[in-house]
Amino acid sequence: MTETEIYSQSDSEQQTIKFYQTGTFTVGNRLLNEEFRTVQATQERSNSIDSGHRACQGCGQALGARYALDTAMRVTDNKIIAANATGCLEVFTTPYPETAWSIPWIHSLFGNAASVAAGIAASLEAKGDSETRVIAQGGDGGTTDIGFGSLSGMFDRNDDVLYICYDNGGYMNTGVQRSSATPGGARTSTTMPVGDHPGSSFNTGKFLPEIAMAHGIPYVATASVHDLHDLERKVEKAMSFHGARYLQINVPCPLGWGSQPSQTIKLARMGVESGLVPLFEAQYGELTNSTKIRYQIPVEEYLKSQRRFAHVLKPANVDQLEMIRSLAEKNIKRYQLL
Amino acid sequence: MLYQISGSIAVANAIALCRPDVVPCYPITPQTHIVEHLSLLVKNGKLKNCTYKNVDSEFSSMSFCIGSSAAGARTYTATASQGLLYMMEAVYNASGLSLPIVMTLGNRAIGAPINIWNDHSDAMSVRDAGWIQLFVESNQQAVDVHIQAFKLAEALSLPVMVNMDGFILTHAITQVDMPDQELVDQFLPKFVPRQKLDTNAPVSIGAMVGPDAFTEVRYLAHHKQKEALNIIEQQAEEFAAIFGRDSGGLVKSYFADESDIVFVAMGSVIGTMQDLVNDLRDQGHSVGILSLRSFRPFPATAICQALRNVKQVIVFEKSFAVGMGGILASEIHMAMQHVQNINIHSVIGGLGGRTITKKSLHKIIDQAEKGILECEVFMDLDNETVAKELKRQQDAPSSGSVAENILRDKGVVSASKTH
Repeated sequence: MTETEIYSQSDSEQQTIKFYQTGTFTVGNRLLNEEFRTVQATQERSNSIDSGHRACQGCGQALGARYALDTAMRVTDNKIIAANATGCLEVFTTPYPETAWSIPWIHSLFGNAASVAAGIAASLEAKGDSETRVIAQGGDGGTTDIGFGSLSGMFDRNDDVLYICYDNGGYMNTGVQRSSATPGGARTSTTMPVGDHPGSSFNTGKFLPEIAMAHGIPYVATASVHDLHDLERKVEKAMSFHGARYLQINVPCPLGWGSQPSQTIKLARMGVESGLVPLFEAQYGELTNSTKIRYQIPVEEYLKSQRRFAHVLKPANVDQLEMIRSLAEKNIKRYQLL
Repeated sequence: MLYQISGSIAVANAIALCRPDVVPCYPITPQTHIVEHLSLLVKNGKLKNCTYKNVDSEFSSMSFCIGSSAAGARTYTATASQGLLYMMEAVYNASGLSLPIVMTLGNRAIGAPINIWNDHSDAMSVRDAGWIQLFVESNQQAVDVHIQAFKLAEALSLPVMVNMDGFILTHAITQVDMPDQELVDQFLPKFVPRQKLDTNAPVSIGAMVGPDAFTEVRYLAHHKQKEALNIIEQQAEEFAAIFGRDSGGLVKSYFADESDIVFVAMGSVIGTMQDLVNDLRDQGHSVGILSLRSFRPFPATAICQALRNVKQVIVFEKSFAVGMGGILASEIHMAMQHVQNINIHSVIGGLGGRTITKKSLHKIIDQAEKGILECEVFMDLDNETVAKELKRQQDAPSSGSVAENILRDKGVVSASKTH
């Protein structure tokens, strides 16, 4: 079910409601038919991550993880096991002896979530349990850097695991250091000495969804926390496949990005509308779907509300701005976003 | 049933008798034949209901074991040397999470310089990792101890590492009595995990522990290893009762309690020592051997008991702590600090696969008998070559690679340049 279908069906069955007054997807659930509401709107919601955890205000990862895992719980009749890489999600959910998890959950190390999850899947296979499904999750550092070998191995073996990467473009848990997924130009605490300006001069950032696609795995998708219906749909779709699957969710981090906690959803949306965060799906290595940009914005609009890009907007660093613009243009062309 | 097979094949067959649910594998010499043969046993249906996976590294291999064991599967893998170092972070994690994984370590030296041959540097590098570490003298023991390892691991909910000397045991073709499946099933009950990832009873495993509880958690790991001292002995007796064969408990004494001079050692070198001791005892010498079967937990009490009448202890080991000396020797010193009138010597030998000959060991005994054996001895060390290299370094600041220089001195490498 795509967004368009949801809204047009609502329109025809109820009354004509102009949902996009503000130009956002933040439509109140009560305005939708029950079947189209997010799982969070029901009293039967599963609460994979319970309240009381210690995420920062405006944490995009807490939101993304909650929606992703609740959806996975719903579609598997609560039969999921999760393996977590070290990182914010692990730390803020499990300060011993408290835990926010209502699903069986294991944290082992920073770089091995994919392998641990693959081991769990192997155990289920050996025991003949075909109902329980396995999810691995980590941040971009745990995924694109230290956990990359494990993840590539999991893809290569086509282990029956959905790996979810919460991408906030850096090692935020340790104090905002550069990861290989840090976007070009973004400032972190370790990018200052390299190049003429404080931002990452490694240009594009390692874009793992494409690398995942190159493994030819059944399903790869990107999502964003500003469009939770789309996120839920993609998790549901991912769970309809067996084998290795990869979902990368763009999750703003107020601490690392230097943004207001109240702006998390807006920033996530602007990332997509600027073309810097392409939303798409791929199956067996082939692009199958991409989300069109509804109201294209200049990249500066997206950059200016984040302190990590402040230097980019100075006249002296116009080359950086140009580089970021070209990234957006490349994405728009590559994924046919317009 | 008796077979004439290599140590690796024997161990793979023994593992299959233990019915593992999950086996991830990654190749590294000299353990590779074990996981290779297991793949064959899975393929030909002799090992049923086992998920066998090729993984991308040793780090992934142990991580895979962690996931599989935490999900309630009996899990086995094997590694050696560099592989063990590469999986090190996960090795500590497996014991920290109390996961009863069984792993074979085909003992091999650690580089650089890279060396594929046997010594115990790899095993010693994980001596503080919280794993039970057992050593075997022969391929028969390797078979027997692996079967006990699963029972021990699962009784304690702790990972167990079975150390067998690379090449010397893994590649040696010897006679091995393979136990019957019925007896193994009788000895080894079904795996009931202490805690597992289960959607019917969700738990969070691997949560963060701060200063307020970390000490207690770590102490309990130590306590559990001490408990293992009794369980290892009990299970060895139980094994002997069922299989009619003694494969040793914590330590194995060979005339240790009635000899003046006793070797203390681990692994296959015990065989060479027994040959020598048999000869020497026939000639009236008072020499014996104490074989350490369990290195972790360290059986300090059993060692003191076994060595209570000894005058000179010669701790022979195939590894050492660079800048300190013998590792096992210092632990024996620590264990025997209250024992009076005993001389403890540290002998280091067999590094990187150097052959340990009866002749060299005899020389050590000879020196001990004459009272001239030094506290620390590097057996068969070529002092002349060492002196030459030291002089070379003194003479020229850019004297080149030590390993290459020494190989050239010994004529192993053709001389392309000289210093």
